[in-house]
Amino acid sequence: MTPTLSIWPLIAILVSLLGALPIMLSARQPNLRESWTILIALVKLSIVASLLPGVLKGGSYVFTIAQVLPGVPIELRVDALGMIFALVASFLWLFTSIYSIGYMRALDEHAQTRYFASFAVAISATIGIAFSANLLTMYLFYEMLSLSTYPLVTHHQDAEARASGRKYLTYILGTSIGLALPAMIMTYAAAGTLDFTQGGILAGKASPELLALLLVLFLFGFAKAGLMPFHGWLPAAMVAPTPVSSFLHGVAVVKAGVFAIFRIIFHILGPETLQLAHLGSLITYIAAVTILVASLIALTQDSMKRRLAYSTIGQLAYMVLGAGMLSATGMLGGVMHLAMHAFGKITLFFCAGAIYVASKKKNISQMNGLGKRMPITYLAFFLGSLSIIGMPPLGGFISKWNMLIGAVEGEQLVLIVVLLVSSLLNAAYFFPIVYRGFFAPATDGEGDGIKEAPLFCLIPLSVTALVSLALFFFPDTLVQLARMALGTW
Amino acid sequence: MSTPNLHLFVLVVPLLSALAVNLWGRNNRQMIAPLVLGSLAFSVLGSIVVMGNVLRHGTISYTVGNWQPPFGIELIIDPLSAMMMVLISVVALLASFSSLKSAEQELPGREAFFFTLYLILIAGLHGLVLTGDAFNLYVLLEITSITSYGLIAMGRGRAALSSFNYIIMGTIGACFYLLGVGYIYILTGTLNMADIARILPTLNAPVATTTAIAFVLVGLWVKMAFFPLHAWLPNAYSHAPTGAGTMVAPLMTKVTVYLMIRVILNVYTPALVFTHDWVTNGVMWAAAIAIVCGSALALGQKDLRRMLTYIIIAEVGYMVGGVFLANSNGLTGAILHIVNDSLMTLCLFLVVAAIIYRQGSVSLDSLQGIFRRMPITMAAFTLGAFAMIGVPPTCGFFSKWYLILGGIDGGHWEFVIALVVSSLINVILFFRIIELAYFGSLADGEHHEHGSTERHEAPWWMLKPLVITAVLLIVVGFSTGPLINNVISLIIPAGF
Amino acid sequence: MEAVISEIVAKYNYWIYVVLMMIGFYAMIGKRNLVKKLLGMNIFQTAIILFFVSIGVKKGGGIPIVDKYQALAGGVDAATVVNPLPHVLMLTAIVVGVSVTGVALAVLIRIHEEFGTLEEDEILEKLRQ
Repeated sequence: MTPTLSIWPLIAILVSLLGALPIMLSARQPNLRESWTILIALVKLSIVASLLPGVLKGGSYVFTIAQVLPGVPIELRVDALGMIFALVASFLWLFTSIYSIGYMRALDEHAQTRYFASFAVAISATIGIAFSANLLTMYLFYEMLSLSTYPLVTHHQDAEARASGRKYLTYILGTSIGLALPAMIMTYAAAGTLDFTQGGILAGKASPELLALLLVLFLFGFAKAGLMPFHGWLPAAMVAPTPVSSFLHGVAVVKAGVFAIFRIIFHILGPETLQLAHLGSLITYIAAVTILVASLIALTQDSMKRRLAYSTIGQLAYMVLGAGMLSATGMLGGVMHLAMHAFGKITLFFCAGAIYVASKKKNISQMNGLGKRMPITYLAFFLGSLSIIGMPPLGGFISKWNMLIGAVEGEQLVLIVVLLVSSLLNAAYFFPIVYRGFFAPATDGEGDGIKEAPLFCLIPLSVTALVSLALFFFPDTLVQLARMALGTW
Repeated sequence: MSTPNLHLFVLVVPLLSALAVNLWGRNNRQMIAPLVLGSLAFSVLGSIVVMGNVLRHGTISYTVGNWQPPFGIELIIDPLSAMMMVLISVVALLASFSSLKSAEQELPGREAFFFTLYLILIAGLHGLVLTGDAFNLYVLLEITSITSYGLIAMGRGRAALSSFNYIIMGTIGACFYLLGVGYIYILTGTLNMADIARILPTLNAPVATTTAIAFVLVGLWVKMAFFPLHAWLPNAYSHAPTGAGTMVAPLMTKVTVYLMIRVILNVYTPALVFTHDWVTNGVMWAAAIAIVCGSALALGQKDLRRMLTYIIIAEVGYMVGGVFLANSNGLTGAILHIVNDSLMTLCLFLVVAAIIYRQGSVSLDSLQGIFRRMPITMAAFTLGAFAMIGVPPTCGFFSKWYLILGGIDGGHWEFVIALVVSSLINVILFFRIIELAYFGSLADGEHHEHGSTERHEAPWWMLKPLVITAVLLIVVGFSTGPLINNVISLIIPAGF
Repeated sequence: MEAVISEIVAKYNYWIYVVLMMIGFYAMIGKRNLVKKLLGMNIFQTAIILFFVSIGVKKGGGIPIVDKYQALAGGVDAATVVNPLPHVLMLTAIVVGVSVTGVALAVLIRIHEEFGTLEEDEILEKLRQ
């Protein structure tokens, strides 16, 4: 189907970018400011959702913003893969905003205007990444995301925040400028275009050595996907307030990195081209190492958020692993895990934040017996962790199952072992938290003042946990979009 | 609008205004601002009209005083010159708003003299981009240089000494250029650029031609501070009065780069200049080293303005490298970078001028927590920083794109790596300052509040050009496509 | 050897200019006194000016001042007069040189006011304090 010219993708991006202005202007009226955020989130979600039916029918929406370079305009296109990311991101932003309001007010945080305004710009950039039509536009929004999340990561403005901010920028800007940018220009030099095309743009135009070089540069250049050794920024970024960690580093920033890698593998380099050059194993081995090492490190972390951070690193590598299998089922699993993990992980982070708000505790060893006092929170945590581990009846089961089938189909014994072992490790670092919460006795002399988290925090985490559950029973739209994205529909 | 003499008026009006400023401005301080701004506004409008004419009707060739070339002096306005004219006028106008305020603060009572030199400098720059005669170029080059020597020497403290060093180095450069022109005259018997380009390739005098090319290029390299001939620039630009730095820094080196491009394209023709591989390779390596050294030296600076001057040296490396890549992407990148770098440097120097106006110093220590005191200024600084780093959609990204592409096309990986390394170093340089400005104290720890934390933003006169320039960075970025298709691609010779 | 010597002897004026240029260059870079540097700059420029002037010389050529009506009627035989163009160009160059020298001297006066000396090492010493 020929793409439809439509300005709605641009509007979807601009809604929150321009919306940052009223947010900044209503700095003195917190309620007005917060209602702006919610309003913008609702508008954005509705615009994105309105584009869904057209995409499901096989169409796409395009809009050219500026013709800047020959063959590479700044252009937007809404296709199936972008739709998945955009839907997940805008839906979760709405709930993160609700959660943020509760969290920030409960803790009486400073500089809330800057926080909400930066968030608005960051979500613009995220949708921009989702709706990019070519690599240049995606790079533009990728950088915009890095820069707009810096004030969020360094929100607390203390020494720790400053150091983490530096680490964040060093890893993310350093890799995107040092690795991804040259790779992008080399790709343009070889292919003459950077448009995302089904099957890639380099078929027959690049030697296997060049392909391998570009692949490595891109995999590590998009360090937001957290492939080791460029993962160090993620645990460091946990110093940010929990809504930031949950949304940005559970959903937007990290998924943007994986999304970028998906685009590279599916629509720039192309699975067949990679298959011919035998590069699939390169991807899967890098991903497998990251999965195992991250899961092992997660076991040793006592800080709840750091454990979740390492879990995220591992799960992101899962997605890359799925994509790297270069087989229909494996890639399907990888793409679906983007959505499943988003809902699951954000639930976990929301719970971590709720625990902090209610009891000021950050370390797991201190969290004995809290489950009895915060049952809803801990139940949601349980559901989220089941989804991440990949057990039915949660959505994560579907994506992980597909990846396992993909590995079996490809007769890649190593990958089967890696997948099974890491699932066990996932269980090993999640179940103790739930067990301690429900079954361990509370530490003496405390616990009386702790009660369930405020409503503003409870509702989002319950919703996301329930969605993780629902995605198991109703995965069809997601499966359809994912298949369309891979061209196997 | 057919106005045959308009481009000459664009040059003459600032020149006459300089005279007027000197005569009237001495006793009547209020006359200075209207004269300066009026004449520069006229230049802006005039150059835009000229540009429109050139794009519609093609290159204009103008004979001064009706003495026909090749004996008379010819002015050539082709798309490159017209673009440079617009650039010079716009940058000069924006800078002058800020310079008026700075001069008021730093040179009370002497603004008339300051602006006399200022306007003559701008007239000289216009002349440089218009001329079609090699010797005339020397004269105008010296006019611009002499006025800048004077402007720089008007500063305090070490300014006079830095200016003297600049005089010595600058004169060496100009004399080398003159020597080169002498050789050309011996060889061809003419000084008209088009004529030389016609005659030189027909001669069979490789040694003399190469020597002529070498002398001219080295002379221009001294003037544009191409590493390792750069030593005069950091001192000269940091010790100059703030108002002078704001205008000279974005323009002088870039116009000299334009001169180099003009000489290579229209006097020598690329075929002659790029014949020897070892020469182009050597220059590419020198450019790569210039880029890396300039950026690295900037890391060690404790003063924002000095840091920016070292970045200028690195940027000159970008442009010289781009030209000597000898392919169309490289040349496009170099010409685009002239425009982009002028704007970026202007933006950053305007920020420096605003901060000096309010605080008196731009040492890194004094910048702590400045985000709170001067938020709009620092927001513009952030945009300028992003442009320098090369973050799309600011203009800086697109010229880097072309330069890197040209480097890949030409196989000059040292240049590509130098460009990437320089971007990374720029990230460190600028985020160090953004962090300082945003967080406060250099030492890890508490919220230090140096000075008051109330808003003490720059005056409106300085803020206006700053905001306009910052916005221009993004607008020019988005308009890269039209700019290249309609203007720059006309300049690239076919077969490149 | 013969060829080399005859080369040098035939073009002795150019060699003198080269020597002058080197002297000027050395003075600009090597001397410590600022006025000497300035004088070196002048010597350098003068050498170039002399070089240009001697470009126009022709064997047996006379001074390029001719009778106006004779020239209008019969033209001028270029072989009989020295080329006046370099002379004219060099007038401009001399003017430029003088202007630069003037500015440099003014700057030197400023330096002297500021530092009390015109020796480069003494000035650097003062700056270090």
